[in-house]
Amino acid sequence: MPKDSSRREFIKRSTKGAAVGGAVAATAPVAAAEGSPKLLKTAHTNQSTSICPYCAVGCSVVVHTLGDKSRNVKPAIVHIEGDPESPINRGTLCPKGASLEEFVQSDRRLTTVQYRAPGSRTWTRISWAEAVTKMARRIKDARDHGFETTDAQGRTVNRLDNIAMIGGCTDTNEINYLLSKFRFGLGLLSYENQSRL
Amino acid sequence: MTNGWTDVSNADVVLVMGGNPAENHPVGFRFVMEAKRLRKAKIVCVDPRFTRTAAVSDLYVPIRSGTDIAFLGGLIHYALSENKYQRKYVEQHTNASFLIAEGFDFSEGHFSGWKDGKYDKSTWQYELDAQGYAKVDPALEHPRCVFQLMKKHYSRYTPDVVANICGCTAEEFLKAAAMITIAAAEDKSGTVLYALGWTHHSFAVQLIHAAAMVQLLMGNIGMPGGGVNAQRGHANIQGSTDMGAWNMLPGYLKIPRANQTSLGEYLKANTPKPLRPNSLNYWGNTPKFMTSLLKAYYGPKATAANGYGYDWLPKVAEGADHSWGTFFDEMNAGKMEGLISFGMNPVANGPNTPKMIRALSKLKWLIVAENFETETAAFWRAQELAGKEYPQSVKAEEIATEVFLLPAACFAEKDGAFVNSSRWLQWKEAAVDPPGEARRDQEIIADLFLAVRALYEKEGGKAPEPVLNMQWNYAKPHAPTLREVAREVNGVDLETGKQLNGFGELKDDGSTSCGNWIYSGSWPEAGNQMARRGQVDPTGLGLYPEWAWSWPANRRILYNRASTDDQGKPWDQTRAPLRWNGKRWSGDTPDYKADASPESMASFIMLPEGVARLFAPDLVEGPFPEHYEPAESPVDNALHPNANANPMLKTYKSDMDAFGTAKDFPFVAITYRLTEHFHYWTKHTSSSSELQSNFFVEVPEELATEKGIVSGTKVRVSSARGDLEGPALVTKRLRTLKVSGRKVYQIGLPIHWGFVGKVHGPLINKLTPSAYDPNCGTPEYKGFLVNLEKLG
Repeated sequence: MPKDSSRREFIKRSTKGAAVGGAVAATAPVAAAEGSPKLLKTAHTNQSTSICPYCAVGCSVVVHTLGDKSRNVKPAIVHIEGDPESPINRGTLCPKGASLEEFVQSDRRLTTVQYRAPGSRTWTRISWAEAVTKMARRIKDARDHGFETTDAQGRTVNRLDNIAMIGGCTDTNEINYLLSKFRFGLGLLSYENQSRL
Repeated sequence: MTNGWTDVSNADVVLVMGGNPAENHPVGFRFVMEAKRLRKAKIVCVDPRFTRTAAVSDLYVPIRSGTDIAFLGGLIHYALSENKYQRKYVEQHTNASFLIAEGFDFSEGHFSGWKDGKYDKSTWQYELDAQGYAKVDPALEHPRCVFQLMKKHYSRYTPDVVANICGCTAEEFLKAAAMITIAAAEDKSGTVLYALGWTHHSFAVQLIHAAAMVQLLMGNIGMPGGGVNAQRGHANIQGSTDMGAWNMLPGYLKIPRANQTSLGEYLKANTPKPLRPNSLNYWGNTPKFMTSLLKAYYGPKATAANGYGYDWLPKVAEGADHSWGTFFDEMNAGKMEGLISFGMNPVANGPNTPKMIRALSKLKWLIVAENFETETAAFWRAQELAGKEYPQSVKAEEIATEVFLLPAACFAEKDGAFVNSSRWLQWKEAAVDPPGEARRDQEIIADLFLAVRALYEKEGGKAPEPVLNMQWNYAKPHAPTLREVAREVNGVDLETGKQLNGFGELKDDGSTSCGNWIYSGSWPEAGNQMARRGQVDPTGLGLYPEWAWSWPANRRILYNRASTDDQGKPWDQTRAPLRWNGKRWSGDTPDYKADASPESMASFIMLPEGVARLFAPDLVEGPFPEHYEPAESPVDNALHPNANANPMLKTYKSDMDAFGTAKDFPFVAITYRLTEHFHYWTKHTSSSSELQSNFFVEVPEELATEKGIVSGTKVRVSSARGDLEGPALVTKRLRTLKVSGRKVYQIGLPIHWGFVGKVHGPLINKLTPSAYDPNCGTPEYKGFLVNLEKLG
């Protein structure tokens, strides 16, 4: 069952969409005749090019942001659309890609660091500084505890197998490369990403 | 993909099998439709389910999930017995002529060398001459040449046998075979598009090998409109693969093993020797790739005297395995202390959800960097949020795992490159800052790494050298820019400080550094090639060489040298990615030495054979793909009932690794995505949640009638691992199949739901088994057994 979003929200949105669509068809000539055409919301945006983060077709998107140029104003995304210059998607997007703006702006996005203590029933908000200090301590302790410098035959093996690391397919090559440096700095063996799943 | 999305429109025939691009890669699918519109291409769709891809195909053939090797083996048999293969291509560009050692054989479901549950592969090897080169019979007549062995091996895969295993009719199979093999003509090409329908099996690697064999017999590898093309399901799954896995360093360099105790020994073991006199054997350059990677990792600390820091890399024990299934099994046994997850959700996407949840509860700590709270971050809340669905879950109070959930930036808040399925590295820009306290992943990784390093500097500890010596020389060490990282990955000439132009400039003497040799050339002195937006298409084949940058070397079609014959004449003059003018090759970046004459060397420069492998001795369960049943199957293997499933199948023995039989679980289940959702992400966005708010179970019409189920009836689906409930959707899309004389029903299960998000529903992987492919460790998410009960 839908939880946060209701059918009502859906219907409201669809009706609104239909009304706007209808308005364009029915009243646009009138508006033009009156000499007061409304500007598109993308008229004064700053545009960045990006790539859809979903499947691997690799559709280019244009991210429109407003508020980039004024002082003390954080830019906000107002629209994301297909990039017409891409030879792959030529401006088109699928239903998922077409709603990317909702993904970026989802009310479910995490905006604070959350911590769950052993045995706790709840999340607690903590600072980045506290989280980094704690996590580094856990990693170091586990590494000191589990690191194997030589194996039974006395060969140098410098390996760690009590920490595993997963992920990467949702992020860029550069992040994956940094993860590889992190991983080999620790000497970690158990490392996988979505390509094996 | 060997080729790319934009190239698909060059095909004369498109085999879509193990994928459903019309729904899951809709924008890429437009190139299939272009091939149909512009070239009158035929589309053949082979799938357990009549998908929207099937709906626009010229021919749809239903098959039972997990029987694809039988179908492809049937195609190989058909091509060879009906003389519908490209003979000259096979002679010139494959190992069809290579002789195999005496004693190679196949009987009762096993290749020669099977003993005590293991293979001794000594009879799977090439017969070598005194110089160490493989012996060949160019006439392809020697009884021990690959061509004759292949012919013999697949002689069992007749249309009737295929139909009996797959559940289609022999007529349907023959229609498909006739359509697909039009590509055997020199001037025709056919493509193969696949996705997780092929990789989610316990014989996935062999399945892709079978597809490659079909494509080699058709002469389709290296051809525009040809190739073997994985559509891939995540934006940068290709790039993360390129950057390594448990058994790989960046650039597909193998992880060192414990017996390779020095760089010299590592290189000796991992640098192949040419197997034919005319083989370029490009992997012969492994010392340059490896030394340059070590220089990128360890910088000035890597010297000739210390083997460029080779000792600091971890060494895997001989024969050991650290793949997904193995380390989650160890975690479940309480042998792991911590898990660090960047953007991955094992509770949702690992097989056997109850085992995943219990494994996480055995950890001391878990770190998750994410855009949203996921089932993995919230695994300790499973009982609170969905206790009924997860009866094995325990109260939060009883779970001692400490969890850190870090808010991370999403795609639009970071720059950097994604590699799409065409192998194109496309650069994106950061449009905005992350929301609230969310941070970019490069800053999270840097902070964590530098904090661990600081502890080693301050306190010492076990083996500090690998941590302290890893080079981290970014302008702002706590916030590396991805531009800096991309330049490091491309590689630098350490004497001049200049960016390298490509991997051809790499050295093995420590004078170059390069973070991933296959990406070398992506950021030369001329600047970021991945951000290019050029529209030109000089070949007219849709290769767009100035749009972004493609690995390797901006090559758009892999193995393109095979698009011409041994004299350099294109098989199809109207579709030639490469042309030889007597001095140089022009067109696409040649997969060959640019100024080498066509006669001077063999065409597949990456392989020691110099030609493509129909016979692949390096795979663990055999050099030829063979049909094995899934780990759970409704029938005995019709070819060899005593070797039912993959003899090398990887399973685990915990109390949660149960397997069922057809007696209790008579139906075959398949899992798949819906077009409105992306994996387990879009249940956090409104539109997708509204468009597909509810989980459902697709039930074939005939089975529904038998059980008195109509659309909307509440049903329970159960496997040996667990059960779930949902409304039935009665469908004609899943046809009743006749397999080994019996009726087989298949049940369809869309993924996408879970216990956190705007919409909730069961995690399908509650049902899937911990059965894994022995070559790559991919779980069998498709073709497992379930039961279906009517509840409502």
